[in-house]
Amino acid sequence: MRHILSVLIENEAGALSRVTGLFSARGYNIDSLTVQTTEDPTMSRMTIVTHGSEDVIEQITKQLNKLIEVVKVIDLNEADHIERELMLIKVRATGKDRDEMKRMADIFRGRIIDVTEKSYTIELTGPGEKLDAFIKALDQAVILETVRTGASGIGRGERILKL
Amino acid sequence: MEISGAEILARCLAEENVEFVFGYPGGAVLEIYDAIFKQNKFKHVLVRHEQAAVHAADAYSRSSEKIGVALVTSGPGATNAITGIATAFMDSIPMVVISGQVGTPMIGSDAFQEVDMVGCSRPVVKHNFLVKDVKDLAATVKKAFYIATTGRPGPVVIDIPKDVTQAKAVFEYPKSVSIRSYNPPVKGHPGQIKKAAQLLSEAKRPFIYVGGGAVLGNAAAEVTELVRLLNVPCTNTLMGLGAFPGSDPQFVGMLGMHGTYEANMAMQYADTIIAIGARFDDRVISNPTQFLSQAKKIVQIDIDPSSIAKRVKVDVPIVGDVKDVLKDLIAILKDSNTRPNEKALAAWWDQINDWRKPNSLWYPQDDEIIQPQFVMQKLFEVTGGNAIITSDVGQHQMFTAQYYAFNRPRQWINSGGLGTMGFGLPAAMGAQLANPYADVACITGDGSIQMNIQELSTCKQYHTPVKIINLNNGYLGMVRQWQEFFYGTRYSESYVDALPDFVKLAEAYGHVGMQISKPADVEPALREAFALKERLVFMDFLTNPKANVFPMIQNGKGLNQMDLPPHMRDMQLIPFENNRDYGNLC
Repeated sequence: MRHILSVLIENEAGALSRVTGLFSARGYNIDSLTVQTTEDPTMSRMTIVTHGSEDVIEQITKQLNKLIEVVKVIDLNEADHIERELMLIKVRATGKDRDEMKRMADIFRGRIIDVTEKSYTIELTGPGEKLDAFIKALDQAVILETVRTGASGIGRGERILKL
Repeated sequence: MEISGAEILARCLAEENVEFVFGYPGGAVLEIYDAIFKQNKFKHVLVRHEQAAVHAADAYSRSSEKIGVALVTSGPGATNAITGIATAFMDSIPMVVISGQVGTPMIGSDAFQEVDMVGCSRPVVKHNFLVKDVKDLAATVKKAFYIATTGRPGPVVIDIPKDVTQAKAVFEYPKSVSIRSYNPPVKGHPGQIKKAAQLLSEAKRPFIYVGGGAVLGNAAAEVTELVRLLNVPCTNTLMGLGAFPGSDPQFVGMLGMHGTYEANMAMQYADTIIAIGARFDDRVISNPTQFLSQAKKIVQIDIDPSSIAKRVKVDVPIVGDVKDVLKDLIAILKDSNTRPNEKALAAWWDQINDWRKPNSLWYPQDDEIIQPQFVMQKLFEVTGGNAIITSDVGQHQMFTAQYYAFNRPRQWINSGGLGTMGFGLPAAMGAQLANPYADVACITGDGSIQMNIQELSTCKQYHTPVKIINLNNGYLGMVRQWQEFFYGTRYSESYVDALPDFVKLAEAYGHVGMQISKPADVEPALREAFALKERLVFMDFLTNPKANVFPMIQNGKGLNQMDLPPHMRDMQLIPFENNRDYGNLC
């Protein structure tokens, strides 16, 4: 089962490699990983998407908590949460495709952020499934390049991950 | 006044009351060695290989309640230390390892003797640091000692670039440490402890299973009190030997792959198990499915939440310092007068005593050829069970665990988790330095001893009069045993056949060498060796090359499916008798 873990971690050199090293050494999967410092510059927050049985996720959480630099870990799946992912997608846009591409971007509430004679680059944000749907909706031949950040997640409402 | 980073480091170690630093100099740590030369607060022990430095520091920790410190240079010095660090990590031994690093401007340039020590050691340390600024050095050392010794203990590496050892700063040692992201638990949850007491009162066939955590947590007295208070059977894991006295009638022997018949059967058929600082390792319970096929309730006490319920389901998890938790549990038991059902317990003891009768550790000792078990039994007699015993890894390790009754904690020092050959001799050095007046014996084999035999030289330099007991069978014995069991007796590369003359070798290093080939000579030789208080004695026992370790549980089998020793082979396993008066299985 897919899980989305939020990890508060000391903003120290090497901390990220401890986390990724833990996953590789223990044979767990990282489906995606995003990380940036928080409003407190001494701390970073990671969102790790992973999958595994309940036992595996429990072990991952416990092992993460064991790392000295890890301040707090929560499994966002345990309650309501919001997920967003950013994708930049460069598509071929010539002739009649140019209008079609613009319409598609609008339908998915994307924004065209770079234009050349032959291409558009579209910025699209949303849950991963929405980005998947956009890719699927396009003629695969027009896709020149995609780059995705992986999910970032946050609890809904009063649910807050903070020290 | 500003002093150099190297001098700061030396002052920090003195502040931590370090007594010995085990190490080996090299380019990146010359500044530190110079600082060591100029002080007299702690001594340095020059080993002959960095792996040995770490093992010695590790055994210094294990055999005392102090903390071992090792110092190695950058690059090869650091990588040589890795095996030792991994050994300590697997067994949760508190230790600080200081490695030199090339100067900060050179880091990442593939400089001479450069290796990314923080990266190399990361999977096998509790934590590690690279000190980039001399101003951070003292605080980092303080943190390292704090992290190594608190919570679930473990090795911590501090990597110090050469220019940081040369740069200057004012020395100021922090009084205390606070790390916001590190708050090891101490007290167990009172509700859970109550639940554990409740389970005990319902137990018909209770069993106490004690691991290395009880030794590291200095909880032997509490373990003993609990076992006696409840009058229940108790087993120790390989790492837990000594946590409950091995000579006590309530002790049923070690359990697991080479555990006794009675311990394994009791573990399998118990209805309530209290695991104390033990983690249901694969060498202990073998196959979790088979193990749980007898429905049982499990209470697990461990300081590390990730060790709880890792391999088996646990009904009552208690996270906390084992000594504190046991104190609380004992208090509740005494207060409420909660005890296991007495009638059922008596029947349980009858069952266990039936399992004991065939004596699964019996072996035939004739007048011709020395059985390795015999050497261990005689060693126990000659030392009065008082020696500190270190061991290498292999058959001799298991024979020691089976035949030397350890009656106190920190007396048995072996590489349990990683199974590191070459551990025994440097460990004996470390243990002897920590316990200068104790008899220290290193039990080894012809294979293991040769993995760090150069330390005979260190033993000479520092006058560590350890007694080396080499159970020489001309084979890598445990490998040979497995090849017999699982590989059609094809002894692929397990026959050594090029052994040195160990007596001459010991003498070449300036020690006493003895070779013993007759059973009648075993005891006199041991007596003679232990009488030589000031000398290292290398005893080369020529033992039965075909001796195997029994009982044995093959991988994947249940605890009740042991391969029994030859004298029990025709015997049916004594069944668990469900019709005894236990009441129903829970």
